[in-house]
Amino acid sequence: MPSQFSPIQNAEALALEQQHVHEIYNQIASHFSQTRYKPWPIVERFLTSLSPGSIGLDIGCGNGKYLAVANPGIYIIATDRSDQLVNIAAKEKCVRRMKTADVGVADGINMPIGRGRFDFAISIAVVHHFASRERRVEAVRTILRGLRLDGGRALIYAWALEQGASRRGWDEGHEQDVMVPWVTKKNKKKNEQFDEVDELRETVVERYYHLYRRGELEEDIESAGGLVLKTGYERDNWWAIACPRTGDSVI
Amino acid sequence: MKLLTANFVQCSVKACSATPKCFPLHFDQQTADVPLELAHEDVDFSPEFVYNMLPRIDWPALTTTARELGNNMLPETKPEIENPNAPEHEQLLRDLHTLLLETQIIQGSMRCENCGHIYFIRDSIPNFLLPGHLVQ
Repeated sequence: MPSQFSPIQNAEALALEQQHVHEIYNQIASHFSQTRYKPWPIVERFLTSLSPGSIGLDIGCGNGKYLAVANPGIYIIATDRSDQLVNIAAKEKCVRRMKTADVGVADGINMPIGRGRFDFAISIAVVHHFASRERRVEAVRTILRGLRLDGGRALIYAWALEQGASRRGWDEGHEQDVMVPWVTKKNKKKNEQFDEVDELRETVVERYYHLYRRGELEEDIESAGGLVLKTGYERDNWWAIACPRTGDSVI
Repeated sequence: MKLLTANFVQCSVKACSATPKCFPLHFDQQTADVPLELAHEDVDFSPEFVYNMLPRIDWPALTTTARELGNNMLPETKPEIENPNAPEHEQLLRDLHTLLLETQIIQGSMRCENCGHIYFIRDSIPNFLLPGHLVQ
């Protein structure tokens, strides 16, 4: 059993998520979406390798960029906690003509799904927004619970603590619970009458993240009753492919 | 929201998931402020897609949902199809395609039979978020 329990209590964690995750994403949805259009290669490979007829979930779909990954044989139900991002995902779904997908607004822990009916699930850069270990494990358990016991697979990505090469410079030994600023720049006219006077207005909001240290994602998956099948590191993230441990009462 | 999605979603309340009544959600009681609205949206027909989805569909739940939305045409038991490209199955697969993928629930509400909670669909997007007292 892992020994590192987050000191944050659940009520406190919920309040933190409300203020520094849910509200922020609704606020920055449109700008955020403009910066999120390139699918990550491992996610793309995971989705395109699924067999025809696979039905699955994209939990925390954001602007729905993975709905555009070409695998017309599968059906994806994509959800996000942010209704503003889901609105964008819904438009994206129409624009890209991905007709074998659907979107909805849902919480990653209180998901409207039953047990064992999905062939796959992806959770890309989502579980690191839950502000206590208990809630992160619960979020993973929710993903695993939805998977079929006969071959259901989940791909989970979370931001890594070890990203010494990135501009943020976090690395081993750094504080894992961090606030990350999101800067939106807007050209705001200072005075309507003298419209030549422009001012560059900067809005900064802070998003909460729990940075995963090496091995922690695997620990959370195991605590949630999952079996880790494959793991790796890509673009400052730890990722894992997992399935429910069959015969496990936790699931 | 497509009917195929309706066949895979249930009440978000954790306590309800222990009971069989949390699935499917029901369309039988609509509210005046968000009246039920359905629309047809063209989707390219793929017999293989429908054929592959068939084993994953909860048939009793689908017949319930279809009936509540005014479609009484579905057979009582799940049809058995061996070859998706056999001409004798084409009409059935086309009908299922229309029902599952082309029928859009633009707006309306879904009710949990266990706790009575109502989930709304607006602009084709269902919202499964719970009020604070129901969140775990």
